[in-house]
Amino acid sequence: MNAPSRPFDIEAIRADFPILGRMLDPETPMIYLDGGATSQRPRQVIDAEVAYLTHDNAAVKRGAHRMASAATDAYEDSRETVARFLGAPSPDEVVFTKNATEALNLVAFSLGNGDASTPAHLRVREGDEILVTEMEHHANLVPWQELARRTGATLRWIPMADDFTLDLTDLESLLTERTRVVAFAHQSNVLGTVNPVARLVEAARAVGALTVLDAAQSAPHMPFDVAELGVDFVALSGHKMLGPTGIGVLWGRYEHLAAMPPFLTGGSMIEIVHLDHSTYAEPPARFEAGTPPISQAVGLAAACDYLSALGMGVIAEHEQALTDRALRGLAGIDGVRIIGPAAGPDRAGAVSFDLAGRHPHDVGQVLDSLGLEVRVGHHCAWPLHRRFGLHGTTRASFSVHTTAAEVDALIAGVAHTADFFGAFS
Amino acid sequence: MSSALNSLYTELVIEHDKRPLHAGLREPFQAEVHHVNPTCGDEITLRLRLSGHGQEQRIEDVSYEAIGCAMSRAAASIMADLLIGQTVAQVEPVREHFEAAMGSRGRIEGDEDLIGDGVALLGAAKFPARVKCVLMPWKAYQAALVEIRTLEA
Repeated sequence: MNAPSRPFDIEAIRADFPILGRMLDPETPMIYLDGGATSQRPRQVIDAEVAYLTHDNAAVKRGAHRMASAATDAYEDSRETVARFLGAPSPDEVVFTKNATEALNLVAFSLGNGDASTPAHLRVREGDEILVTEMEHHANLVPWQELARRTGATLRWIPMADDFTLDLTDLESLLTERTRVVAFAHQSNVLGTVNPVARLVEAARAVGALTVLDAAQSAPHMPFDVAELGVDFVALSGHKMLGPTGIGVLWGRYEHLAAMPPFLTGGSMIEIVHLDHSTYAEPPARFEAGTPPISQAVGLAAACDYLSALGMGVIAEHEQALTDRALRGLAGIDGVRIIGPAAGPDRAGAVSFDLAGRHPHDVGQVLDSLGLEVRVGHHCAWPLHRRFGLHGTTRASFSVHTTAAEVDALIAGVAHTADFFGAFS
Repeated sequence: MSSALNSLYTELVIEHDKRPLHAGLREPFQAEVHHVNPTCGDEITLRLRLSGHGQEQRIEDVSYEAIGCAMSRAAASIMADLLIGQTVAQVEPVREHFEAAMGSRGRIEGDEDLIGDGVALLGAAKFPARVKCVLMPWKAYQAALVEIRTLEA
C-alpha cells in the first residue's frame, strides 16, 4: 500500500514533530539544525512503533502462535515498504542492519571472507584495489581500511578538488583492472556536495568493480531510486531519515547477496546446522543474524511512508531553497568561510563553515545559548578536514521541518557569535 | 546573552586563550605525551621536566602545544602556570580539587586559594560536553608523570 500524498504545508509538517515545541530553557525555544547527525521523528513514526509494541510485539520468524505471525508480518511488511521507497526490484534485496555503519561493514567483511566457491568479482584479495574518496565519513572509510589490511589489498582514494567537489581528473588512472570496489558517499555529510553517481558508476563498471553507495545523508533529502542510480550496494541509516535509531539498511543486488558469505552468524541466518558446520539461508535472512530490530523496522517503514507522502522531489526543493538562503546570508558575515560548494543542484543542505578560525566548539556553544542546535567538530570526516587545513567546522543541516525563519535565526546567530568573540580581540 | 555563557567565556578564559602562558614545546624534557579527544579532534602535546626525588620532586617545566577550543587552551595555560615551580606533592591536592569541581556539575565551588585562575574554568562544569576539554591537559600531565615514574622505576 502506498502512502497517500499530501500537500507540502510547513506548519502542518512542524505540527507532526512533537519535539519542535521544546524549550531549552524558559526563554529559549529549540531550533534543531542537526538533522545530519540524527533527525527528529514525526508522531507518525513514534505512533507506528507504539502501535506495534502495544498490539503485535513478539519474536519474528519463530514460534507458531498468532502473535509470532503478527510480528513477522509487521516486520516483513516494513521490508516491503522500504524496498518500495528505494525503488528496489524486490524486498529480498533489503537487509535490515543496526545502522548504516553496520551495513557498510557487512559488505566490507563479506567481500573479504569468500572462498573458492565465491565468484571472483565478489572477492577482494591480495593485490586487489579498493577505491574510496577523501571526503568519506569514517563509516565508509575505516571498514575499507580494515578490508585492505585483512586481505593485502591496496586502498586508494579520489582526492578533493579545491572547490569541495571530487577531483575526477585522474579517475581513469585510479581505476585499474585490479579495482574490486568503489565506495563513495552520495552526499557529503560535511560539505553538502552531491557526488556524480552516474559518472562514478560508469567508470567503475568499465573496470568491473562493484559500487557501494553511502546514502545515509542523501536518502531523507532527495529522490532516490536504486535502479536509476545503478550502484551495487546502498547503505542507509534509519535515524537520519526520520526513523528510529538501532536500524539501518543494506540494499544489494540480489545476485550479489545470493553469492556472498555471511557477516554476523548465529540464529535466524542458517539453513541447516550441524555440530561442525552449517549452511546458510537465502538473502536477506542470511545477513540478519539474531533477533532483528523489529519495532525499529516498523518505525522506519512509517518514516519512508511519511517522506513518500510529501514527495522527495518537493522535500528536495524545500531544502534547496533553505540552503541557498543560508549560503547567501552566511556569506555576508565577516570571517565566515563556507566549507562546501556554492549553491547549485549538486549542493545539499549540510552547511558547514569556519568562523575566523574560532574553534567550532566555541562557536557551537554561543549558538546553543541562542537555541541553535548545530553540530561541531570533524563530523567523523577527519581526513576531509585535514585536507582543507581545518580541525573542525560548525555545521547546520536542514530537514523537512526547517523553516526560512530558522535559517534567518541561524544567520543572525552566527553574526552575533562573530561579535561575541570579536569583542574580546 | 545567557549568564551561563558569560560564566563560560570569562575575561580570564579569553585572555588565557589569546595569550597562553608557557606555551610552545621546550627542551629538555623527560616525558612527552600526545592526547587526543576523538570526539572533537582536539589535541595536546605536553612535555614534562622534573627534578629531585620523592616528596621533593619538583616540576621544573611544563611545555605544550594545544589545538582546541578556548576552554581547552585556557585550561592548558592555567594548568602550566599552576604546576611550574611546585613540587609534585604540592600540586596533587590542586589537581584533585580541580577534577572534583569540574566533575560536580557546579555543586562544588572552586577554592581560589587552591586552584587560582582555575576557578575561571569552572563555568564549564555545567556543560558536560565541555568538561573533557578542560580536563584534557591535566590528563596529559598525569600521563607524563606516570611515564617519568616508570622510567625511574
